[in-house]
Amino acid sequence: MSDILRILDETGAKVGTVPRLKREVLLKMYGAMVRTRAFDDRCMKLQRTGKIGFSVPNKGVEATSVGAAAAIDAARDWVAPHYRDFAIMFYHGISTEGMFDNMFGNCDDGAVGRQMPVHFSFREPLRYLSISSPLGTQVPQAVGVAMAMRRRGEDGVVLTTFGDGSTSTLGFHSGMNFAGVYGSPVVFLCQNNQWAISCPSDKQTASEDYAIKGEAYGIPGVKVDGNDALAVYRAVSQAVKRARAGEGPTLIEAVTFRMGGHSTSDDPSRYVDKALFEAWEKRDPLIRFRAYLLAEGHLDEDGAAKIEQDAADEMMAAAKAAEAKRMPSLDTIFTDVFADLPPHLQRQQDACIEHYSSRGEGVDEKGEFPL
Amino acid sequence: MTELTLVQAVNDGLKSIMREDPEVLVMGEDVGPKGGVFLATEGLTAEFGEERCFDTPLSEDGIVGVGIGLALNGMKPVCEIQFQDFIFPAFDQIVSEAAKMRYRSGGQYTVPMVIRTPYGGGIRGGLYHSQSGEAYFAHTPGLKVVVPSTPYDAKGLLIASILDPDPVLFLEPKAIYRSFRQEVPDGVYTVDLSKTRTVVEGDAAVVFCYGAMVPVCTTAAKRIQEERGVQVRVVDLRTLMPLDEDAVLEHVRACGRMVVVHEAPRFCGFGGELSALAAEHAIEHLEAPVKRVTGFDTPFPNTLENYYLPDARRVMDAINDVLDF
Repeated sequence: MSDILRILDETGAKVGTVPRLKREVLLKMYGAMVRTRAFDDRCMKLQRTGKIGFSVPNKGVEATSVGAAAAIDAARDWVAPHYRDFAIMFYHGISTEGMFDNMFGNCDDGAVGRQMPVHFSFREPLRYLSISSPLGTQVPQAVGVAMAMRRRGEDGVVLTTFGDGSTSTLGFHSGMNFAGVYGSPVVFLCQNNQWAISCPSDKQTASEDYAIKGEAYGIPGVKVDGNDALAVYRAVSQAVKRARAGEGPTLIEAVTFRMGGHSTSDDPSRYVDKALFEAWEKRDPLIRFRAYLLAEGHLDEDGAAKIEQDAADEMMAAAKAAEAKRMPSLDTIFTDVFADLPPHLQRQQDACIEHYSSRGEGVDEKGEFPL
Repeated sequence: MTELTLVQAVNDGLKSIMREDPEVLVMGEDVGPKGGVFLATEGLTAEFGEERCFDTPLSEDGIVGVGIGLALNGMKPVCEIQFQDFIFPAFDQIVSEAAKMRYRSGGQYTVPMVIRTPYGGGIRGGLYHSQSGEAYFAHTPGLKVVVPSTPYDAKGLLIASILDPDPVLFLEPKAIYRSFRQEVPDGVYTVDLSKTRTVVEGDAAVVFCYGAMVPVCTTAAKRIQEERGVQVRVVDLRTLMPLDEDAVLEHVRACGRMVVVHEAPRFCGFGGELSALAAEHAIEHLEAPVKRVTGFDTPFPNTLENYYLPDARRVMDAINDVLDF
């Protein structure tokens, strides 16, 4: 069993060497965690009131995401993410409204309303690669992106994230294997939140943990307390430094806990013991990081309350703005299949628009067409 | 101009574009110093170095997944899948990822890559070195599917595929890799994707085909002419997706009788699509039912492969059927 790296204990007290981070960075990290939880809350309400179809709660895993986010450089690094890493986007200043545009699938959605909610795609201010529903597919892609960086003489690194369940996929294996063989500058971050929908780790692997899987690929494996933002920051920073220096990839297992369902469609009380939930409530990564910031004098109670209120207000405003936008126009069913619209798609598009417009559908309230 | 076989034209196409475009990379199993099991990549590592033509682990999912990543970040990878029969571990990366990336990201991320793979029967390869899987892929929105049948087209279509902004599955008919030579221009040139080629002129009937079935159908048309004195048109589709539908329908209208030939199994095969296209848009021009000459709806046999594969006599039977209806 790999040793676990921990810097803050469950009360937020220092038990390891604290990384040197400026107060503004610490507060940015904390702010991204709080905003992630506020986003969760807003999305849950939107889903329960039928305004959006689906969301993926991030409660419990925010320290893993934000610790990794703070360790990468948006100007040169890429992220090849899975779907439960919202704090990376909040940390790097990806537009909150842009995220809600995706939740509503409206005309400004980066995915043009073509994907389910939480399948984000952003290029600015961070290359946050389009999210796929099939799991593990982003892992070998991350290796290719990283190889292209080196071919151009750039010193970027690719952070790819995935859950414990994804370590069973073909993509995890092939990505790790290729990165090991080519020494690619990739950081593999396994968010071990202990549940792949309803399946616990012992249904996923017979390995003693996930970090050890690196060994078989010739890749160092590091295990870190995933509810400790500073520990995750340290582990990912070291892995990024290694990768940038040409020393190859690292596998990091961040041990955390999904403090809710897999998605808004899931009821975790069917398969998670109540006692387990209660135990992990005490290890809540937000409470831990806030306690540290308060103890160090980086934050006071009023400041903490303001961050929470601001986050709630931000989410409300962004969600309202996104909700008010129209849906994508009908022609977007057909665009972006290829760079150009081939004749068969042109014909199908014409027929589709004709079919709906002749019935007065696909026309917006001003009669403009196509909607 | 140089006289080249089809596989030499593939090799020449790769070399020609790699000399001009440093973003073009070649990757796959045994493509390096060995030059590929069919020698399609012979000499590339020697000329361009391991940086640009490199061996990969034995992992089709990895080859395509990593290739997608390279394409996402500005490269133009040409991935070789050693036999099309081995492509299925990469099906998810091709179908779910490469083909959908532009669409699902609203054009923010694109995958300009080529997946080259030898396909089809005729080499005594049995179940797993013979298959024709074009229908699986032509059914996938966002993926182009290209099949050359001559050295000239192989080089020109391959370079066009590499320069195309979208992912292309490039199916190479290995049965005719070395069966004849043709004058091929030196350097870079392209053949338009999505344009059919009329191989044999005629208007008594039209035979649609592609890949290794093109010479089979050409032989059949010549023998029909010898036996019956009628000219049957043979059309090489060259690109299955996007299909040159207008050209297909013009051929159907001009000839009034049609035969479709492919090696792949019949059920849900590409011939069904062509038949439906004609039925939907040109049925008033059809003077006989469409005939399909295809592989059987069985796995691909080894010892009896010559009985499985459509040959000139089976194609002639179908042509006679539509002519005599």
